[in-house]
Amino acid sequence: MALGLRAAARTAREGRTGWWTATRRDHLVGYLFVAPQVAGSLLFVFLPLALVLWYSLHEWNVLADTFGFVGADNYRHLLADPNVPKVLTATALFSAGLVVVNLSLALLLAVLLSQRLRGTVVFRTLFFSPVVVSLVAWTIVWGFLLQRDGGVNALLQAVGVEGPNWLRTGPTAMASVIAVQVVKNVGLNMVLFLAALQGVPKELYEAATLDGAGAWTRFARITLPMISPTVLLTSIITVAGSLQVFAQIAVLTQGGPGTSTTVLVYYLYQQAFQFHHFGYGATLSALLFVIVLALTVLQWRLRRRWVFLES
Amino acid sequence: MRITTAATAGLAGLLVLTACGSGGGDKGSAGPVSLRMTIWTGNADHLKLLDSIADEYLKTHKDVASIKFDTLPIENYTTTLTTQMAGGNAPDLAWILENSAPDFVGSGALAPLETLVKPEELAPSTTKLWQKDGKLYAYPFSTSPFGVFVNEDLLKQAGQEPPKAGWTWQEAVEKAAAVSARTGKAGLVVRDFDYKGWDNLATVWGGWGAEAWSEDGRSCGFAKPEMVEAMTFLHKAIFEDKALPAPGATADFFAGEAAMTITQISRASLLKDGAFDWDLVPLPAGPKGAYSVIGQAGIGVVKKSPNAAQAAGFLSFMTDPGNSARLAQYFPPPRTPLLTAEGLAKSNPLLKPEQLQQVVIDGIAKGRVKPSHSGQAELAQAVRAGLDQLWQPGADVAGTLAGVCTAVQPLLAK
Repeated sequence: MALGLRAAARTAREGRTGWWTATRRDHLVGYLFVAPQVAGSLLFVFLPLALVLWYSLHEWNVLADTFGFVGADNYRHLLADPNVPKVLTATALFSAGLVVVNLSLALLLAVLLSQRLRGTVVFRTLFFSPVVVSLVAWTIVWGFLLQRDGGVNALLQAVGVEGPNWLRTGPTAMASVIAVQVVKNVGLNMVLFLAALQGVPKELYEAATLDGAGAWTRFARITLPMISPTVLLTSIITVAGSLQVFAQIAVLTQGGPGTSTTVLVYYLYQQAFQFHHFGYGATLSALLFVIVLALTVLQWRLRRRWVFLES
Repeated sequence: MRITTAATAGLAGLLVLTACGSGGGDKGSAGPVSLRMTIWTGNADHLKLLDSIADEYLKTHKDVASIKFDTLPIENYTTTLTTQMAGGNAPDLAWILENSAPDFVGSGALAPLETLVKPEELAPSTTKLWQKDGKLYAYPFSTSPFGVFVNEDLLKQAGQEPPKAGWTWQEAVEKAAAVSARTGKAGLVVRDFDYKGWDNLATVWGGWGAEAWSEDGRSCGFAKPEMVEAMTFLHKAIFEDKALPAPGATADFFAGEAAMTITQISRASLLKDGAFDWDLVPLPAGPKGAYSVIGQAGIGVVKKSPNAAQAAGFLSFMTDPGNSARLAQYFPPPRTPLLTAEGLAKSNPLLKPEQLQQVVIDGIAKGRVKPSHSGQAELAQAVRAGLDQLWQPGADVAGTLAGVCTAVQPLLAK
């Protein structure tokens, strides 16, 4: 490195103006540093994305080993598929439920656990611990708990309530899947909110209190605006994550009862890997990509309206 | 300059790793080949027997270096297999479950089997599912009839007589309901059904002469009167008589949690601990009389395997009359000379000759294979989603079944 810098300095002193200048050399070093990341993105993000679009224009029969160009047929099928509206409704229900419950609960927990009280560290650990548990193991255990004679209903029975067969009726199945996912991941958003809350200057609260602001006013007028960048971050992560839910559905309900919990990713999996319609599965992936992209762009644009401290 | 060198070396390393990752094994090499066969069983005894047959083959066939039996979980067996095929990692031999037989045989994914030892010995009822244009595409490796395993201790506790061949569905439900009411244990479990694997219900509705779809596979059978009658009976047995565990409740017969279970005789090996007295009887008769249902699995050579010739050679060896007799203790063979009560008794010490005769031999001779159709996975999903409404107390049986046909008919017509 020292040798290189010295050589570059000498070149600059000597004022050589050939093709291999110090600037070009610096550029090359920069490019080489980012090259592994770029190569990774190309290989694992852009190439699969391009391939998905390519496959979506084909019919690929894995068993017969045939791969033929069908043009926009898969997209036409997407528009005509009677299951797609049901699947999109289930996806929207799941995402809306998850985002609202997860963010509200995470914020509530963060506000409660940011108080200087005994035992907050224990509770913070308790709420965060599901985040590090294996997703499938977590879901399988909840699958047992949510059975008709499972732990959840046993608890309800102890207080005299007869619980429903959670995973066997449409509304409770969807609510169960959302709840399992919220409890699993709420700790992550809670930690992000906690960090943001600690960054809010105490003087603001003191000044507001002196001005006679109540607890709710302080929260709505100081806390929320001050942590709004974190709210944006967590909402983008949670919305994108909610659209990609798969393991919980596969383990808990397999899309049922009926098709009430068949969300887009699970439907895509069924079409591609169970029904062997890889081309149509790729088309559904393209739809998912467009939805995630559109929602992320929308949130990014809306940030100007409600995110504080954004230039 | 050292930075540039290090970064270049790093990038080169990454590219080399990537190149290695995309490379592929020993395909098409001239030396001895390695064979891989996907199977669903992970049972140590099954694998030991298969490995011993493979070892014998390797001794005499120097063109094969190794044979690996690759267990894939049964829940996602076909999905995993087809994903491997899509990813360019197809096995050389594959165990095919009966519900995906039409897809595998019809699509041309399997190579025709032309080197089998004594194929004329195969019982015609066992090869029907695996043939196309007069050629056999998979060896019907296991033809396992469904019977009812009975926990005699639990029935005795409930004051019930153990069932005998010739019993009826009415008796079955009465006995099961009595066990459920008096012992708190489950009455009758249709194993692997669990309100999802509906094709296992063929072991129930067969007694009413019902079928999921017509023989030619073109028209839906769920809305037919005999199916409505059978499902009404089953619905009442579940929700009113409490003879079968309700949705969401689980009971394992082999752990002593249920009085009776409908399953394949290959599960008899789970009873070798002898924790309770048990019997095996044929399926109860329905209003249309006696019937039997068989589950099947075939083994085929994957056509795109570069080692297809060696794979066919091994399959022929593994299923020759001698090895078939050895495998018969777990997998009922399709070879007629082996299908005698005495022959099967040798390799099935847990089962009595009359059990083998009534359930296995008679079952194979007249049994109907569980429902299978091309595009089975999509059909199965549509039927499962439609039937979900049925598994509620007070469900509209006829209306739900009509809804199943509405969903399924377009898929059958494809």
